[in-house]
This record gives sequence, structure tokens and C-alpha cells, in this order.
Amino acid sequence: MKTREEIFNSLKQEFPRDVLEFQNVPVEPVITVNPLAINKICHFLRDVEGFEFDTLMCLSGIDDANGEKITEADGTVTIKGGVLSVYYHLYSIKLNHKVTLKVSASRENPEVESVESIWKCADWHEREAYDMFGFIFLHHPDLRRILMPYDWEAGYPLRKDYKNPEFYQGIKIPY
Amino acid sequence: MKSLLDQEFTDSNIVITKVDDLLNWARLSSLWQLGFGLACCAIEMMATSASHYDFDRFGVIPRPSPRQADIIIISGTVTLKMATRIKRLFEQMADPKYIISMGSCSNSGGPYWEHGYHVLKGIDRIIPVDVYVPGCPPRPEALLEGLLKLQEKIRKESMVSKTV
Repeated sequence: MKTREEIFNSLKQEFPRDVLEFQNVPVEPVITVNPLAINKICHFLRDVEGFEFDTLMCLSGIDDANGEKITEADGTVTIKGGVLSVYYHLYSIKLNHKVTLKVSASRENPEVESVESIWKCADWHEREAYDMFGFIFLHHPDLRRILMPYDWEAGYPLRKDYKNPEFYQGIKIPY
Repeated sequence: MKSLLDQEFTDSNIVITKVDDLLNWARLSSLWQLGFGLACCAIEMMATSASHYDFDRFGVIPRPSPRQADIIIISGTVTLKMATRIKRLFEQMADPKYIISMGSCSNSGGPYWEHGYHVLKGIDRIIPVDVYVPGCPPRPEALLEGLLKLQEKIRKESMVSKTV
């Protein structure tokens, strides 16, 4: 069993350029890493003795909404710049320790490496994050919408500047 | 108006009635519902079908084929993705066909009316509803009342026009 600080130090030693930051916030410290190296780091965390993270408990997307907020003529807000983030909650059943990883990718081109090849359950989690936030998971085998209709063209509903359309296939949407 | 079987027989062997009454009685007494549920309302609908409330005493049994179903109970939240499928199911049903909209979600979008980007705000936006049953979810008694209202409506139908 390792503490999160120990895990961060080992990761920093192994991937000095890709492991960026350790936020020692209460309850759940977070390790920020490079979105294009998350697959390498996860592979390491799963396979190396002493870590053995055999379970991806949850993979979730977040819109940090920290870009420039532009108010349009019709009163709605559009966000330019800033980042979207993905959080990974890992757990080792064997060693009973946990770690939280975070990657941040630019709002305009949110490319993140897929961890589907490491934990199969990430397949649908990543599809959901793509559906709701528009993350592009590189090397995902089947990246398409999972909850919204396949022909949904109005964008990604959980983004803070999302605008719902008036109609879908001729059906009025607003109340 | 008394239903057909409640009317006294003038002769022990012959029942005299109108074709309208006979057809309506047959229709309203064996409303086969499309075996189809959506959300928590579907749990109440299943409870209504089970032995305690016994939907079958009104002739309602689930029929898992739209081709041979008479009634579709929209029991739950209708997402936009599901709405297109429900429309197709409804179009596959043979006339005469009836719709009971069960619960707030199906009636008007319910708790999703304002922020539900994915929810259809009322099933009547895509298919014509005969009876609305309010509730979130409605108790089985409420659904039974809805069915009785629908039977009342069918009893007044005529071959000349659908609803008198």
C-alpha cells in the first residue's frame, strides 16, 4: 500500500517530463499529467509491481470554463480558450490503495490518449466523455456518441457554453 | 349508459344490439397493451399488471408486438432519441389504436421541463394522446382510472366518426 505522495514521487522519477503537478488538496490529492502520455503512465501504474492498479473506478470529464467569456448579441455566453479536464480514479484491489489522475486539454482541440487498451471499462466511459464534452480520445477503437442520438449536431451538452437547439428532426425541444 | 352485458336480455337466446355497441364493447374489453416501459412509471405499470391490482380483469395484457397491440402506455421519460423510436412503434400499430400518457414526464417533460436538453416535453408533440394520467409516478389506482376513462371514450365511438 502506497500513499498518493509516494506514488507521485515514483511517477515523477519515471516520467519527469510528463508528470506535471501534485495538488495536495484534502481527501483526494490529484496528480496532473500530460494528456498525450496518460496511456504510458496508466500502463506503468497497472503493470509495475508495487502499484498494480487493476481497476479504473471512474473516468469523468469536466468543463473548467476558465477561458475568455464572450457575451453574444442575444445574451448567451461563449467561452474561448481555457481547458477541459478528464479525471481518472484508479484503485488497486490487490494492494488497497487509490490514486486520482487529471489531464487538461485545450478547449478548441481536446485530444487525450485513450486508456481503453489498459482497462476495457474505459471504452464506454470515454465514449460518454466524448458525447458530453467532445474529448477526442486518440486510438480509441469506436469513438462515437453513446447517450445522445448519433445524428446530434448541436454540440456537447455538458459544456458550460452549450446552447440547445430549437428542433431535433422536426420535433420542438424547448418547453 | 349501461354496457352491453349489463343490459337486460329480452329473450334468453337473442341479444339485440347495435353494431357500434357490439364493436365498442369488444374493443374496450380486450385492450392489449404494447409490452413497453420507459422509466419509474413502468414500475408502477408493472405493479398494475401484477396480481394485486390485476390489469387483466379489464382485459389488458401485454402484447410484445406493435402489430397486434391496441394501446400503448407511454410510461416514463421520453428522450429525444427514444421519441423517434416511439413514433415508429406507434405507426406500426394497426388501427384502432389508443395512447395513454402516464406520468408528468410523458405529459409535459416533468422535472426535465426546463433543463432537460435531451427530453421530449410531452409525448403529444409526436403522437396523439387519448388520456393523460397525472402523477410522478401515478399510483396503480390512477392508471386504472385512466384506463376506465379510455374505455368510456371507446364506448362512445361510432363507425361513422372515431369520437362522437
